[in-house]
Amino acid sequence: MIVAEQKPLKEIIAMTSPFKKLLIVGCNECVTVCHAGGRKEVEQLAAALAMAAQKDGRPLEIKEVTLERCCDPEYIEQVRPFIDQYEAVLSCACSVGTQYFADTYPTKWALPALNTSFMGGSLAQGIWAERCAGCGNCILHETGGICPIARCSKRMLNGPCGGSTGGHCEVNPDIPCGWQLIWDRLVALGRTPDYAKIMAAKDWNTSRDGGPRKIVREDLTI
Amino acid sequence: MKTESKLEKILESGQLAVTSEAGPPRGAEPEVIRKKGEMLKAYVDCCNVTDNQTAMVRVCSLASCIILKQMGLSPILQMTARDRNRLAIQADILGAYAFGINTMLCLTGDHQSFGDHPTAANVFDLDSIQMIQGVNKIRQEGTFMGGAKMTLAPKMFIGAAANPFADPFELRVMRLAKKIAAGVDFIQTQCIFNMDKFGKWMQMICDEGLDQKVHILAGITPMKGLGMARYMKNKVPGMDVPDEVINRLKGVPKEKQADEGITMAVEQIQQLKEMKGVHGFHIMAIEWEEKVPEIVERAGLLPRPKVD
Repeated sequence: MIVAEQKPLKEIIAMTSPFKKLLIVGCNECVTVCHAGGRKEVEQLAAALAMAAQKDGRPLEIKEVTLERCCDPEYIEQVRPFIDQYEAVLSCACSVGTQYFADTYPTKWALPALNTSFMGGSLAQGIWAERCAGCGNCILHETGGICPIARCSKRMLNGPCGGSTGGHCEVNPDIPCGWQLIWDRLVALGRTPDYAKIMAAKDWNTSRDGGPRKIVREDLTI
Repeated sequence: MKTESKLEKILESGQLAVTSEAGPPRGAEPEVIRKKGEMLKAYVDCCNVTDNQTAMVRVCSLASCIILKQMGLSPILQMTARDRNRLAIQADILGAYAFGINTMLCLTGDHQSFGDHPTAANVFDLDSIQMIQGVNKIRQEGTFMGGAKMTLAPKMFIGAAANPFADPFELRVMRLAKKIAAGVDFIQTQCIFNMDKFGKWMQMICDEGLDQKVHILAGITPMKGLGMARYMKNKVPGMDVPDEVINRLKGVPKEKQADEGITMAVEQIQQLKEMKGVHGFHIMAIEWEEKVPEIVERAGLLPRPKVD
């Protein structure tokens, strides 16, 4: 899923303070799961912003709504009947959702309440970690199911570098060395000879380096 | 010979090679590079020039190498994948070769978070092994990494680093084998302080027959004092400084510690000269280049061989 976290309240107050009528929109998908922008967080944020406005003596009218999904035109349309009553949308969706509001309602400000961080998952209650860098050409079958692009700080395809110490990355002892993890998996799978294969220079064209990406499924388009 | 490199000629002649390195200054001061070059010229075969080492911005390796080359030294162009994609890597190699620089060291590079621009984006388009592969392709096939033919293809003598002390240890020899398969000609090791572990690594290399396929230069760094030793032990990733090194420095008065550090380096070289698979020494006297002549002399590595 997409993992995000709420921006510091001070930053959100600063970006929303020019507006008197604010539509705060949450999303029921990933950001609900990672407790960043679901119904509950929208409610808390609305209360905090109302309080800040009151303290500053600014009038502020807020409407809260949480959509099923903010990365889908069908759901984004659900705010059309009332969006004209508001000056700006404060999106508690990931940045994909925020951009859907910007695309769909060209005359309305779309403000991000979250920092969209990475594609990953939950490790334990309150802890999430990155697992995919979206390179567009998966190699997990060659690396024991651990991604060197997302999990090595230098995205090395032929690691580990000389900074791997005690299973940790040189960048930070809190980061497990991605290549130690790959090696451990190869050992567990009895596939250590696989390590000897040199992984060639990657074609980054399928990654962000090829420009903004798009998938068209002819079999699904109408 | 694969190249015109002085280092290749010395190593292929079976003599022990001596390389060192000059860290370029953090200002546009060619005289600093010249001074280091003058200091090292008669004592080493080739001189590495570091490439924004520890991710601190310095005069670029290429420009510094050109200065050293014009002084009559044989520079080794260090190149990291951290700051350059494959276009920039190849452009720099072409530029270097146009100035007669024919030896280089392919490195992935320290992460930029260690340096003075931690907010920078990194590149890491290639890793060191892929860089070696690319440089070897240029040399062997005369083509760019992208496949197009080159008019005059640089024939670089290709070096790389190896850290026998990083983890996981059992991978260290396998990773070196990958560098050899990619086309590396010589290896400069990480600074050696743990002689036992280095000996084990070399033994594994010889057992695999890899010492016949690559020239290994043992990395030697003299300790300036107890403070440096403790810093290296605790703060530098991938560094293995055993307690006996710390204790030996601790055992001498502060003003004598630098001399003791030099003596320890000299003793290390003397021991390593006898070790199978060690084909030379890479002396990294960090911001202490003036001590290299003394180390080389006391270790009995003078005079340096003359090759055409």
